Amino acid sequence: MSVYGYLVAFWLVLAGSFGIVRSRDLIHSVVCLSVAQSGTYVLLLSIGFQTKATPPVYGSPPSTPTRSVTDPVVQAMTLTDVVVSATVTALLLAMAVQIHKRHGTLDPDELRALRG
Amino acid sequence: MPGGTAFSWLPPTTVAVPILGAALLLAVGRWLPRWLTDAIPTAVAAGITVLTACLLARTADGHVVTWSGGWRPTHGFSVGIVMVSDPVGAGAALLSAALATLALLYSWKYFESVEAHYHALVLLFLAGMQGFALTGDLFDMFVFFELMGASAYALTGMKVEDPSALQGALNFGIINSLGAYLTLAGVGLLYARTGNLGMPQLHQSLEGRPVDALVVAAFVLVLTGFLVKGAVAPFHYWLDDAHAVAPAPVCVLFSGIMVPLGVYGALRVYWIVFAGVLPGADIRRAFLVLGVISALVGAVMCVGQRHIKRLLAFSTIAHAGLFLCALALLSEDGTAGALLYVAGHAGAKAALFLLAGLLLNRFGSVDEHGLYGRGRSERLMPWLWVLGALALAGLPPFGTALGKAISEEAAIKGGDWYLSIVFVAVSGLTGGAVLRVAARIYLGLGPRPREGEAQAFESTGEEKSEARLRSAPATMVVPIVALLAGTLVAGVIGGSRSAFSHAAAYFTQPGAYVHAAMTLTAGTVSSVRQPNWTGLGLGLGFVSVAVALVTAAAGVYSSVLADRLAPLVRVGSAPMRVLRQLHSGHVGDYVAWLMTGVAVVGALVGLPLVR
Amino acid sequence: MSRTARTVMFAAAGGAVAVFAVLAVVRLPAFGSPYHPYRDHAFLAGVAHDTANLVSSVNFDQRGLDTLGEETILLASVMGVSVLLRRAEDEEEHDDRSVGWVLDATRLGGYIILPVTVLVGFDVITHGHLTPGGGFQGGVVVGTGIHLMYVAGRYRSLERMRPTTPFEWGEAVGAGAFAAMGVAGLLVSGAFLANLISYTGFGQLFSSGTVALLNGAVGIEVASGVMVLLAKFLEQAIVLRRREDGEK
Repeated sequence: MSVYGYLVAFWLVLAGSFGIVRSRDLIHSVVCLSVAQSGTYVLLLSIGFQTKATPPVYGSPPSTPTRSVTDPVVQAMTLTDVVVSATVTALLLAMAVQIHKRHGTLDPDELRALRG
Repeated sequence: MPGGTAFSWLPPTTVAVPILGAALLLAVGRWLPRWLTDAIPTAVAAGITVLTACLLARTADGHVVTWSGGWRPTHGFSVGIVMVSDPVGAGAALLSAALATLALLYSWKYFESVEAHYHALVLLFLAGMQGFALTGDLFDMFVFFELMGASAYALTGMKVEDPSALQGALNFGIINSLGAYLTLAGVGLLYARTGNLGMPQLHQSLEGRPVDALVVAAFVLVLTGFLVKGAVAPFHYWLDDAHAVAPAPVCVLFSGIMVPLGVYGALRVYWIVFAGVLPGADIRRAFLVLGVISALVGAVMCVGQRHIKRLLAFSTIAHAGLFLCALALLSEDGTAGALLYVAGHAGAKAALFLLAGLLLNRFGSVDEHGLYGRGRSERLMPWLWVLGALALAGLPPFGTALGKAISEEAAIKGGDWYLSIVFVAVSGLTGGAVLRVAARIYLGLGPRPREGEAQAFESTGEEKSEARLRSAPATMVVPIVALLAGTLVAGVIGGSRSAFSHAAAYFTQPGAYVHAAMTLTAGTVSSVRQPNWTGLGLGLGFVSVAVALVTAAAGVYSSVLADRLAPLVRVGSAPMRVLRQLHSGHVGDYVAWLMTGVAVVGALVGLPLVR
Repeated sequence: MSRTARTVMFAAAGGAVAVFAVLAVVRLPAFGSPYHPYRDHAFLAGVAHDTANLVSSVNFDQRGLDTLGEETILLASVMGVSVLLRRAEDEEEHDDRSVGWVLDATRLGGYIILPVTVLVGFDVITHGHLTPGGGFQGGVVVGTGIHLMYVAGRYRSLERMRPTTPFEWGEAVGAGAFAAMGVAGLLVSGAFLANLISYTGFGQLFSSGTVALLNGAVGIEVASGVMVLLAKFLEQAIVLRRREDGEK
């Protein structure tokens, strides 16, 4: 089933979002956001794959460059995104840490300061 | 020039210089005296303002194209990233730089003590906005979108002693990030189909090919992130939370330019990539539905608020809905009106947020009920509030009024006459809410509102101020006056009218954009009409002001009226209560609404194509 | 909204989006297909600039503006964490950083592996234009490798090893160097982030021109950023305590 990878990608995005909807803990919400983002990585990398192709690195000592490599563009997009998402997740977790310190709770149902 | 057309060095410089400034502040900020940590970023932002003004002047003669890295297109393909500056993009870049400069100037006295990190984050936010407005590559838009986001989340949550600040920042962060990831998924789908990431190349790849579910899904997904940023209902819930807690100068940047940039992104992607491919009538209907709902929800929620910054936030949501409605007409007139409205609104809304910040620092609260009558001894402030409120309501000859007038006429000409009613009602209601605030605080009009505990579904304006000031210092008043003056100037100067319609012509003609990018020739685009003040436009403007005055009066005397009109109030308050309860502050609710919004947009765009 | 209402709403919307996704996905090019036009052009461009790692060529040479944006996001996030996890007015530092103990085996393992990890990280950074890896990956390895000192030893030892200020400088230098090299490209050859330096010698250490330098800048920035990030979180967890009432 050749679309399996793509379906997994969208499933991850939906599952991550579902996790945030049902979440009772803000740290759990932030991690679910990470899950949703990893869905986009799966999508990008699946798009870039080519059967029987080599990785787009020719190494040192170099092998003969060939055009039949997996797509380096999506790999470049994904790898910078992974590091960026790690730091943005850290930013959101820092907020969660401070909320816990100030409110004493991480349950979004109990944080009622911003309503109306 | 290897990199592109003449002056192709300008766009990347406006991105690189704030980054260098932020790096400098990070490295040595700890040892600099406060005045230097204030002066350096303000100077950098002012410099970027000058650069973007030059860029805007340059775009009058055609697009400024920059191929980053010197990777010019060969045989219609390029591996590099293109930055295409047309008057709209350059204008957005100029607006963001000007607002950043004024916000940083205001921060000199607004914060009693603040680390250099704040200034560095504002500079990085500025770099993100510059990149977003000027780039022509879809993945690059996503990257700068995330840069705007990361700095914005941090700036929103800055006041860590205030627990609601962190919650607002977290809601903001989760919803905007989720929107950005959905946009990335859409970009991936487009890349899979065409093998391109740049918008001019995507235009060429999709042109003339049949539309199928993949293209529609890609369009809906790409749009989602920009609609989230543009606070279009039902993606808007994060905005009122973020504005309620972010410091006032930061709110200036959010409401003045960041939210309009979201709407800009959505329409830019539509025009360049999808305009030749998806049927305009369906897209127009989709955008109109979203815009009208946003505008009405924002206006109704705005009137019911007592937390002043939240009130202003809802009025931003309402106005963003109006911008979307005007742009949704997909005509040069509508676009010109929207652009002028954005520029005028930026000045008025920014001034009002700065005034709210002044209130906080003088009196320690932004609660309308708690501040009743406390401003009676002020002399300058009441006038500035009233001017800002009237500008928001659309009093001629402010720029907001001209933008509104042009948009209304474009709507009527296009057959959507009901839109003019929406425009008048929404601008009147939001302007009236702000007038009511000014009347209560500075004039002490009307009966004293019931104080005490807020009801179960509303937020009060309890907030800790950053500094205690006895009088308003010049560095805080000058930006406010400058912003209001700018709004007035935009509507009055004849040259501005033709400039905006010229810009609109560029925005709605993707062929010129694509041609300039791929062939590096700066061709010009001529605008068809010269919009002007007309009797109808002036009339509608005065009607809006009348609506505002009535709203303000009704609000000030609401307790008296409620007694007289009890049955009406009972009927009207139930849906209002439901609407207010929907804005719960719970991030799970917001995600559910986000997904609903994606489904709705998908249905609006996709179902007509099934037939 | 109640939890049930939220779930029902999301289930309906999510179902619709899933249907949409399936309809779109079946129209994508087949998984593993050879149709990758951008890849074909990127391959030619990368080989023309003698860069043996095509991913690095795309990242730093062809789409360098994106990478500038991404590393700036990193800078913004780390600065944001510094702002958010700063010492608040009602907090003070607290001195039980030396408690706890670890197994001797853990300690020995950590002390041996730490220098190896850091060296491997530097190797990954410097050879980013030749072998898989680069500034982002190697920077993370270096940053977390140094924290083996915390896992294997005590927080106090870690603190002595990494005062925060030099690492904030590292971040600023890394980010600034990237932007400055972009501007240098502008000044020298008229194009922002152009590959300036001679890049001959496919597969050798001194090849690919500015790709290697930009790699290094990013490596410094990411490593420093990760250090500052983890430092702030550890400080928040271990060191800072709310001031008791009555204390100064």
